[in-house]
Amino acid sequence: MSIEQVLARHPGRSRDHLIPLLQELQQELGFLSRPAIRQVAEHLGLPASKVWGVATFYNQFRFQPRGRFPVVVCRGTACHVKGSAAVLAALQHELKIEPGATTRDGLFSLEVVACIGACGLAPVIAVGDDYHAGVTPQQVGRILADCRRRAAEDAPTKAAVEEALA
Amino acid sequence: MLRRTPRRKPRSRRRWHERAITQARDCGLLGADILGSGRRLEVKIKQGAGAFVCGEETALIHSIEGQRGMPRPRPPYPVTRGLFGRPTVINNVETMANLPGLFRMGPEAFAALGTAGSKGTKVFALSGQISRTGLVEVAMGEPLRRIVEEIGGGVPEGHVFKAVQIGGPSGGCLPGPQLDIPVDYESLKTVGAMVGSGGLVVMDERACMVDVARYFMDFIQREGCGKCIPCREGTRQLLAILDSLGRGRRREEPAGALERFQGLISLERLARVIQDSSLCGLGQSARNPVLSTLRWFRAEYEAHAYDRRCPAKVCPELLLYEIEEDLCNGCTVCARKCPAEAIVGSRKSPHHIIAEKCRGCGSCLTACPSGAIKVS
Amino acid sequence: MQVTINNRPAEAREGETILELARREGHAIPTLCHMKGLLPSGACRICVVEVEGQKGLLPACSHPVQDGMVIQTHSARAVETRKTLVELLLANHPDDCLYCVRSGTCELQDLARAYGVRRRRWPAGLRHHSLDVSSPALVRDPDKCILCGKCVRACEEVMGVAAIDFTHGGSWTVIAPAYGGDLNRSPCIGCGQCIVVCPTGALRERSQLDRVCAALADPELTVVIQHAPAVSVSIAEELDLPGGQDFNPQLVAALRLLGFEYVFDTGFSADLTIMEEAAELVRRIKLGGPLPMFTSCSPGWVRWVEQARPELLPNLSTCKSPQQMMGAVIKSWFAQRKNLDPAKIFSVSVMPCTAKKAEAGRPEHAREGRADVDAVLTVRELARLIRQRGIHIQELKPEHADLPLGMRSTAGRLFGGTGGVMEAALRTAWILLTGEDSPPLRVAALHGQDGVKFATIEAGGVKLQVAVANGLRHAQTLLGEIAAGKHPELQFVEVMTCPGGCVGGGGQPIHKDGEHALERRQERINALHRIDDEGMLRRSHRNWAVNELYREFLGEPLSEKSHELLHVHRTPVLDEEDALV
Repeated sequence: MSIEQVLARHPGRSRDHLIPLLQELQQELGFLSRPAIRQVAEHLGLPASKVWGVATFYNQFRFQPRGRFPVVVCRGTACHVKGSAAVLAALQHELKIEPGATTRDGLFSLEVVACIGACGLAPVIAVGDDYHAGVTPQQVGRILADCRRRAAEDAPTKAAVEEALA
Repeated sequence: MLRRTPRRKPRSRRRWHERAITQARDCGLLGADILGSGRRLEVKIKQGAGAFVCGEETALIHSIEGQRGMPRPRPPYPVTRGLFGRPTVINNVETMANLPGLFRMGPEAFAALGTAGSKGTKVFALSGQISRTGLVEVAMGEPLRRIVEEIGGGVPEGHVFKAVQIGGPSGGCLPGPQLDIPVDYESLKTVGAMVGSGGLVVMDERACMVDVARYFMDFIQREGCGKCIPCREGTRQLLAILDSLGRGRRREEPAGALERFQGLISLERLARVIQDSSLCGLGQSARNPVLSTLRWFRAEYEAHAYDRRCPAKVCPELLLYEIEEDLCNGCTVCARKCPAEAIVGSRKSPHHIIAEKCRGCGSCLTACPSGAIKVS
Repeated sequence: MQVTINNRPAEAREGETILELARREGHAIPTLCHMKGLLPSGACRICVVEVEGQKGLLPACSHPVQDGMVIQTHSARAVETRKTLVELLLANHPDDCLYCVRSGTCELQDLARAYGVRRRRWPAGLRHHSLDVSSPALVRDPDKCILCGKCVRACEEVMGVAAIDFTHGGSWTVIAPAYGGDLNRSPCIGCGQCIVVCPTGALRERSQLDRVCAALADPELTVVIQHAPAVSVSIAEELDLPGGQDFNPQLVAALRLLGFEYVFDTGFSADLTIMEEAAELVRRIKLGGPLPMFTSCSPGWVRWVEQARPELLPNLSTCKSPQQMMGAVIKSWFAQRKNLDPAKIFSVSVMPCTAKKAEAGRPEHAREGRADVDAVLTVRELARLIRQRGIHIQELKPEHADLPLGMRSTAGRLFGGTGGVMEAALRTAWILLTGEDSPPLRVAALHGQDGVKFATIEAGGVKLQVAVANGLRHAQTLLGEIAAGKHPELQFVEVMTCPGGCVGGGGQPIHKDGEHALERRQERINALHRIDDEGMLRRSHRNWAVNELYREFLGEPLSEKSHELLHVHRTPVLDEEDALV
């Protein structure tokens, strides 16, 4: 869905549409691009600075594309007590990126959230739609390797590429 | 790979909410004329966008209005001037969830549960180092011990109960001897904690209380709104003081030792100013995790400040990692995992950790297949 | 309501805040984020006071007084808290007061002094951000920002621009333009109202003092200076002299002492602007528009129209501002008369304005690659130079500006205050419409600091309907009303970007208590009005020097020559990548 189509779903121009609009745009685009912010501002008649101010305030919004496997680490209290800091450190070490960044190959992005809402299963990380409970730093390598394997499986074979080029 | 929770997207969760509303409407509980009473009631769901401070009512109002979730001074209170400038009543979901029970039981039966000052029941989210985790509902005034030991089954075998953190980031940490306290609004306040969000995080001897306090200050740094000076700058300094307590010799600057010794005194003074002058409840209670741990676990703070020792072996810089030569088979895994390149040794011969380079991250400990790494 | 404040009984008014009561009763409570006339923000907490029976301290700026309250504004607890708050702010602030342009006028520095902060008490140091020098008008230094939010509110609530806002949250909060970018990529119009409200040096003008000093030291250059009408009525304040007086003749003397070879009065080119603008107005009325015509002497307003409402550009007068008219005349007529090479003239202006710095740098204000005005100083920068030279302006013997460009009517002086351009223009438009030179000199309806002022004047069978917008936000309100068809007959509108006009400009002296900003502006306006009341030459078209310029050089108003020198063709500002919304 394009930016225009999302905006068209919100004919109302009052400011309380701002956050729902940003949420829907992020859902569609994966992140909030500059044109998205600009068009939301125009649509609601708000200065771009206000939209940017709101978007950067809330943790939900991202301003860069996510990796194919967004890795979300819960840093809630229960997860912390059960060692999520070590899990995060292991992820940073394996992926060689800081939270908020995406790996160069576009495969992984790393995010930290205040609470994923599954305190009973701590420590929890989410990789895309898959939730992993009771994660230890030792498991991190395997989880990432699994993603890499899936990515490799999905990659077009040499034959397919040649066929497409022909 | 563990996949205990089902795949769930925020969207589908929203769909349930919408389904519940449709069902309520179909039953005549929502709409222009609810249950033929002539009264109108509509429910609209607004999804938040992730900001802890929006638990503060005026911040929540701003969030719904499409603004940054920063609180504003009260008065005027929302009941006079709230959402879109109109009088507004704000309640937690849990309060609303009590209504069906209240209607079903009648007010007398509901009020019979709980204590004189705290009526009814309360849902707690039991988590941490405990055998049974999950949501539990108990009558107000139950002793904390019952929730932790009977309902939660206590800490896992082989471990010793140390503390329970109650009430979320604004709450406090209570030690074993305080477990007999009844869980109600008044009693918890007397020991520096609060009912708050109803979070109950149980910790055993593996948790460091200085680390827990540091964790919460870091949390407030990230999740506060940044508007008022005491909360924004004050908690930053509280965090810095706690950081200095966990700092090893290597990273300590000359003035650091003094800082560390003064830290405990400064913590208390700063905590009072933050409580006295913060704009909203988040800031006013931001000190609780620090002051409650300091109150009940002072010895642990002192071990950090004066002896450079973390009794729970959590604060990385205070730990000394060594490789036991007899157990090391020279597999080189630890050297490859070490982010500080502090491990040397050649293949198939015992490795060695250079203490000056070690950051104490513990990567080698988790990586070593032969259990040759010792921490002290 | 009876209350007790600092052990004294006081009568409180219904709905009054503790701060209002305390100030009325003469008890000083410090504030950092409070802005008179706007809703309290409650961010800085410096104003906390102790009230009997209250658990925590109460913010005086937002808490209403209640009957029977017992208030202590300086209890030990309140003082200790304030001191700690100042220490906390200083912990996250550079220790460079000695190098800071706001040293001496910094509210944080004052508080540190008053509360006896003697050392860095807290361990966490400065959270560093990068300096934004992208704007030709101002510098944004987020390291020095204490996040009081006054600039955000001035930009949005006072000016209606909203170029900046709080971004991110928690400990990482920073005030910045959209996309975390720089001011030159934002809708900032350079008005500098944010500078005037900033309690610290986080916002300041982009100083051109060094360039001016270098030019003064260059024997090759003829350095000339013009000063705007609102400068001589405010410079005294920046030099710690009483406000509300005109120091024009002493200012001229001071400028000569500083080494400026020729000292001119922007009032001259204000008269010239009137000649051109009145002629343009009459032509538009006679030829059918586009009307209403808007004045174009306020560069912030011009910039705003270009980027936010380009469809209004045809309604904007094509006249350059007085600063730029003077600049153009200096490097043409004056250079010719004095037989000077325009390339060897360094033309400086002193303005109550930061947007003028940006205006002087615009490409249409240069000919043959040479800017008409080479450097623009604010009142504050000039005062720095005067201080540096140890000049006591009040002791100087009055001097006259250099002729002919130092000659001005008192109508030209009126430009410095809201309604002044309109009043001056009406005096000249009258003669153009009626053929008689007996205009109403004062139009009371245009006086005062109301947001929008209207007047209707009958002149030679023409009913002239005019309006004055005092501040950009009020101009926006007026534009909304015009768009809604509320003022179909309106012909001429004066717009001043800053509240009160140039007397309230972003280059004016900074006063630590923003409380009296309105009164101070009024004092400056009154000084300008006094000059006009006592003036002998009160009509721009009677300025003999202006007439000489026309006779010798330009021909007549709206001639080809004056179009070349004094008018511009306006184009919208478009930014393909990020629309400046």
